[in-house]
Amino acid sequence: MNTDIHAAHADDHHHGGSHAHGTFSTYMLGFVLSVVLTAIPFWLVMSGALPSKQITALVIMAFAVVQIVVHMIYFLHMNTTSENGWSMMALIFTIVMVVIALSGSLWVMNHLNSNMMPIHQMSGMK
Amino acid sequence: MSPDFLKLIFGRLGLDSLPLHEPILVGTFAMVALGGITLLAGLTYFRLWGYLWREWFTTVDHKRIGIMYMILGIVMLLRGFADALMMRAQQALAFGGSDGFLPSHHYDQVFTAHGVIMIFFVAMPLVTGLMNYVVPLQIGARDVSFPFLNNFSFWMTVGGAVLVMASLFIGEFARTGWLAYPPLSNIGYSPDVGVDYYIWALQVAGVGTTLSGINLICTIVKLRCPGMTMMKMPVFTWTSLCTNVLIVASFPVLTVVLALLSLDRYVGTNFFTNDFGGSPMMYVNLIWIWGHPEVYILVLPAFGIFSEVTSTFSGKRLFGYTSMVYATVVITILSYLVWLHHFFTMGSGASVNSFFGITTMIISIPTGAKMFNWLFTMYRGRIRFELPMMWTIAFMLTFVLGGMTGVLLAVPPADFVLHNSLFLIAHFHNVIIGGVVFGAFAGINYWFPKAFGFNLDVFWGKLSFWFWVVGFYLAFMPLYVLGLMGVTRRLRVFDDPSLQIWFVIAAIGAGLVFLGILSMLMQFAVSFLKREQLKDVTGDPWDARTLEWATSSPPPDYNFAFTPVVHDNDAWWDMKKRGYQRPLTGFKPIHMPSSTGTGIILAGFATAMGFGLIWYIWWLAAASFFAMLAVGIGHTFNYHRDFDIPADDVVRAEDARTKLLVGAK
Repeated sequence: MNTDIHAAHADDHHHGGSHAHGTFSTYMLGFVLSVVLTAIPFWLVMSGALPSKQITALVIMAFAVVQIVVHMIYFLHMNTTSENGWSMMALIFTIVMVVIALSGSLWVMNHLNSNMMPIHQMSGMK
Repeated sequence: MSPDFLKLIFGRLGLDSLPLHEPILVGTFAMVALGGITLLAGLTYFRLWGYLWREWFTTVDHKRIGIMYMILGIVMLLRGFADALMMRAQQALAFGGSDGFLPSHHYDQVFTAHGVIMIFFVAMPLVTGLMNYVVPLQIGARDVSFPFLNNFSFWMTVGGAVLVMASLFIGEFARTGWLAYPPLSNIGYSPDVGVDYYIWALQVAGVGTTLSGINLICTIVKLRCPGMTMMKMPVFTWTSLCTNVLIVASFPVLTVVLALLSLDRYVGTNFFTNDFGGSPMMYVNLIWIWGHPEVYILVLPAFGIFSEVTSTFSGKRLFGYTSMVYATVVITILSYLVWLHHFFTMGSGASVNSFFGITTMIISIPTGAKMFNWLFTMYRGRIRFELPMMWTIAFMLTFVLGGMTGVLLAVPPADFVLHNSLFLIAHFHNVIIGGVVFGAFAGINYWFPKAFGFNLDVFWGKLSFWFWVVGFYLAFMPLYVLGLMGVTRRLRVFDDPSLQIWFVIAAIGAGLVFLGILSMLMQFAVSFLKREQLKDVTGDPWDARTLEWATSSPPPDYNFAFTPVVHDNDAWWDMKKRGYQRPLTGFKPIHMPSSTGTGIILAGFATAMGFGLIWYIWWLAAASFFAMLAVGIGHTFNYHRDFDIPADDVVRAEDARTKLLVGAK
């Protein structure tokens, strides 16, 4: 929309060190990795290879996290230098926020659950 | 006409939804209708509709959008403050068996609407408006990164405000308090439209807030002029960056919480119900994960304003720029680690409460560091007591007091005594009025000459200042006393006659604040009438330090004819010191974004969809939704998004300024 504004600032703002949009082979690599990382959880569930459902669920979660990383590297072209490092900083900030919100909520709700819900003993008070 | 058919067309909206039985509301409606008709007739008579539509409603110019945000904030301040006056009057009267003048059904809506309006539709628009106006100018940019998105964000905020205002005359507003805790806000206990108004007003406005957050982050990261590294950015731009990061990270939480609450209300899920595995405590937990960052969203830009004002009016570089930046960043992170202090009493136990109590106390350290930075900036400075500086000093005194009661409340055992008491009410008004509102007023007085080309009248400004400051102390110091005596918030009638005197003092304080608001409106009117006398031709009436003062007042559409190049902090001060000469020749055409009506149309449909969902008018909701999709997709085929201001026009504008500057000398 305002390419001129960007142009006017171009000498100050390089679009990161490597602003490559990927090659055929990196896209293929990302695709194959994604397929493999999706196929393995399917196989785990359908064959019931692991002893308990809980372990299966945890393993699937782990694969999902790896999958996120694969997408970020091969499809979103994120690395430590893209956009002058802003992408990386935003990612770290996001992870910190999500970890705070999730772990904090689990911790707080766990305490509230053991202290305040009528079915539990009050001796659970910490 | 069968009832089924009527229900299909109007949902649960009927003639009985109009509050004809409430004389106060009927009177208000008559006044508003009369004023509205006069306004509309005036606009038509003076043929201003076309002008408003072309130059303001459809504009993508960040300066005009900023001004419209400010107008929205001030208009909504009048509504929110009317609620405050009613509450203060009710509480001063309802003693000794008197029931006051507000029935409980109405009183509960009044305190809910007061909170919602003041936070979402007064404080947020004032802060967003100032950021919108000032940030692109401070970083030497011609507009924000996404000018159309900016227009759309503004109109979504207006859409939310329209829904809240509609609830006054069509149906009712929530009676739940400003955060609508379940189970009270769930369908079983609040079957009426009140909570639905609350949900959809905030959802519509929330879209606008989040998008404008993304927009401003992108602007600050990508559009800084050459030479302006991160550590050479003005402090207001820094605090704006942190605020918008907070917005983008926290508003989605609010959106999700409200979405879950609406699922509970509309389709019978059990996220926050008492039975079937639901947990109302989860709502309280989640909404404060948004709610605590929200207060820092409001106050960080105010800190930025005070930093600019202090250094300008002390004639000195800001003391401890680096520590100011780091303090801001630390507050940004820490503001996510304290949310539980809003519900110490819910029963998390000692370890959780201690953790959040300590993090809360820690957050006062960077805030204290800022306070000392301002003091040291003033130390041995040549201080000019202009209006923005007066507001800043009032802030420093008031905010320290509010901060200290905040640290007191951060001690869990003390909080167990003071939770939900008037002490808490006094505390947060102390920091929000003393911090955010005083900050917005300092900012308005500081940047008004930049925006309009003439200064604000000092007499009415000072009158407004003293009414506000004295009124504030009279209104809220009694609440600290009452809170310590154990009076809880949101009460409508009182038994103990010895309390009455404190409420009467508080009501007098509110009356003084009302005079302060009227004086401020007077200040605008008088300044407009005296605009020739108060004219600022230099573009730099305060002998200020940052780039927005390098251009004319008001700035041309393109802000800067040539993009400035920055070598130092306080770029404009540095340029003045080095004998900067304004370029007089060599102007080129300037590439600018075009106006578009898509933003206001989309927001209009979003508001209609909200209205349909509130009243169960499903056809309206569905039709508006698809209309929004159609307009949104249609906009992608709009290829007339930019134009060039011809070099001749730039030459003409710049020559006019040269003449003015010569005339001034």
